[in-house]
Amino acid sequence: MSSATDSAPLAAPGAPVAKRPAGASRGRGGGGYPRYVAGRLAGAAVSLFAVLVTSFFLFRLIPGDPVKFMTGGRPVSAEQLDVYREEFGLDLPLWQQFTDYCVKALSGDLGTSYQFHAPVVDKIVEALPNTLLLTGTAFVIYTALGAFLGTRSAWRHGGLGDRLNTGLALTLYSIPSFWLGLLLIIVLSVGVDPIPGLFPTGGMESGGEQGFAHVLDVAHHLVLPVVTLVAVEYGQTLLVTRSALLDEMGSDYLTTARAKGLRDDLVRRRHAVPNALLPTVTLVFVNLGRTVAGVILVETVFSWPGLGGLFYQALSVPDLPLVQGLFFVFAAAVILMNTLADLLYPLLDPRVGR
Amino acid sequence: MTAETTENPAGPPGKAADAPSPRALARRRRRASAARFWKEYRAHRAGLFGLAALTLFVLVALTAPLTVGSDVDSVTDAPGQPLESPSGRFPLGTDQFGRDLLGLLVWGSRVSLLVGLLAAALSVAIGAVIGITAGHFRGWYATVMMRITDWFLVMPTLVLAIVLATVMSRSLGTIVLAIGVTTWPTTARLVRAQTLAVESRPYIERARALGGGHWHVMSRHVLPNVMPLVLAQTTLIISSAILAEATLAFLGLGDPTVVSWGGLLQDAREAGSVSSGDWWYLVPPGVGIAVVALAFTLCGRAVEAVLNPRLGVSR
Repeated sequence: MSSATDSAPLAAPGAPVAKRPAGASRGRGGGGYPRYVAGRLAGAAVSLFAVLVTSFFLFRLIPGDPVKFMTGGRPVSAEQLDVYREEFGLDLPLWQQFTDYCVKALSGDLGTSYQFHAPVVDKIVEALPNTLLLTGTAFVIYTALGAFLGTRSAWRHGGLGDRLNTGLALTLYSIPSFWLGLLLIIVLSVGVDPIPGLFPTGGMESGGEQGFAHVLDVAHHLVLPVVTLVAVEYGQTLLVTRSALLDEMGSDYLTTARAKGLRDDLVRRRHAVPNALLPTVTLVFVNLGRTVAGVILVETVFSWPGLGGLFYQALSVPDLPLVQGLFFVFAAAVILMNTLADLLYPLLDPRVGR
Repeated sequence: MTAETTENPAGPPGKAADAPSPRALARRRRRASAARFWKEYRAHRAGLFGLAALTLFVLVALTAPLTVGSDVDSVTDAPGQPLESPSGRFPLGTDQFGRDLLGLLVWGSRVSLLVGLLAAALSVAIGAVIGITAGHFRGWYATVMMRITDWFLVMPTLVLAIVLATVMSRSLGTIVLAIGVTTWPTTARLVRAQTLAVESRPYIERARALGGGHWHVMSRHVLPNVMPLVLAQTTLIISSAILAEATLAFLGLGDPTVVSWGGLLQDAREAGSVSSGDWWYLVPPGVGIAVVALAFTLCGRAVEAVLNPRLGVSR
């Protein structure tokens, strides 16, 4: 998770150490690739259903009457409460609520938000592009940066550059993303004495601009959140790339390549890196899924109108259908990306899965 | 606890006639491997730095009742004016109630460290038990356990922890539980793989042939061999648990009655320190979190590098 938090936090995301993807070797056995694909897809479908079930029952555990949350503590007559209950189907028995929920979810209806009195799906569809813009930009930058610096670091491992690189990556990896975000806002948006405020403090657009000016304006708002995400996330890619390449570097085929008289640069780019990138590929996909969920804090800190910000808003009410729907979307993103990584891996690495 | 133990954990079986008792032998062997471990660990400078930083923080946290006193978080008789900048009297300034921020920072380290340690212990305990049993008992039990593990592995950890913390009451126990319950799957997978590797060795067959039951094999043969791995994993999980605790507290899901670093950051944000540019309020708790998390990560990587030199992660 988030960086800690997102990143780490919870996640942290576990140990920053390269591991061969666990799922990659499971494709063995008769049937070849199509059968493998079918198995993976079925597994993903089961996981998605499990998430649906969890999200339904988990949120029924929240203490308190959801109808009271909806009315926000305003004095409301008992009849009015009953009307609300009926509107949201809360008067039905639990099992019936559950079957209704599943049937509706299958037809793309995730319920109605208590807070906005609008369909949850609409709120999610509205916020999704903003989240994708933020996470997509950050993802491309931190993956490229991590892979590039990781390769450098491993190739000259033990040197000063390597030690600085690894040290900086580990340090940034230990920083809570929301704290870094707040500091950036103070220094670069609010401004500390000698430095004037260079960037907007939050949001996605100032409003009013059209056309190209609008694009520039959004890009201007994008800088600080992206910098925060990149700073806390690139370390993991760097460390995994580095240790994958270090594993590869003792290999005989590199000695052969050098013996053929290839330049150091070519040995690295043509021989070592393509092989070393394999474990990184899995991480890249897992990261992509994780980043969507991990962006909650950064979006909250920068008031970015995306899924994470929406989740935080929904949580404070708590707006059950919306939290439930977002939980499903976050988990689905991770499942989708993991499945994609599983499917791609045998194609990229002929040694496994066939 | 390194190579030697794994290769020959049961000791030389034949020549014990005039040698010291098996227990004394085991103790001597353990002491020798601990000394060897320390010697190799010392070679990792980053690990030493981490260890030193940790010792310092643990000392500060343990002696906090003597140095700052337990009434530092009392709102009613706060010593200073609200939101004073750092000065001679309050080296880090005061918060919106006029409380001394240095004192709160020191006091908060107790909660952050405690929650980090407990959550990591819970997480690693669940992971180790599930990993060892899933590796030991094959068949449907292992299948079911690994399915559950896989399912937890794909859940977005932070989101799940946030949801758990929301669903349960606001207390430290809730935070520990939410973090522990969501972070164990990686440990379970690692431990299971190691268990499978250990159980395929001949000495396990020997133990079984001599009449060792499931419990004996798991506790006397498998556990000591997965312990080093579990130790390294614990150190790494502590640092993510500390970050997780800060995150949950920052989102307002922590226990409102205790002072923690994440909680201080939330207070700072709510007191408007961002828009008024009061960086001195925000910086110290974040630095505390980052340094402790980094120190645990450095230690964990050094331990890992000593136990498994092939990883080549450190250095």
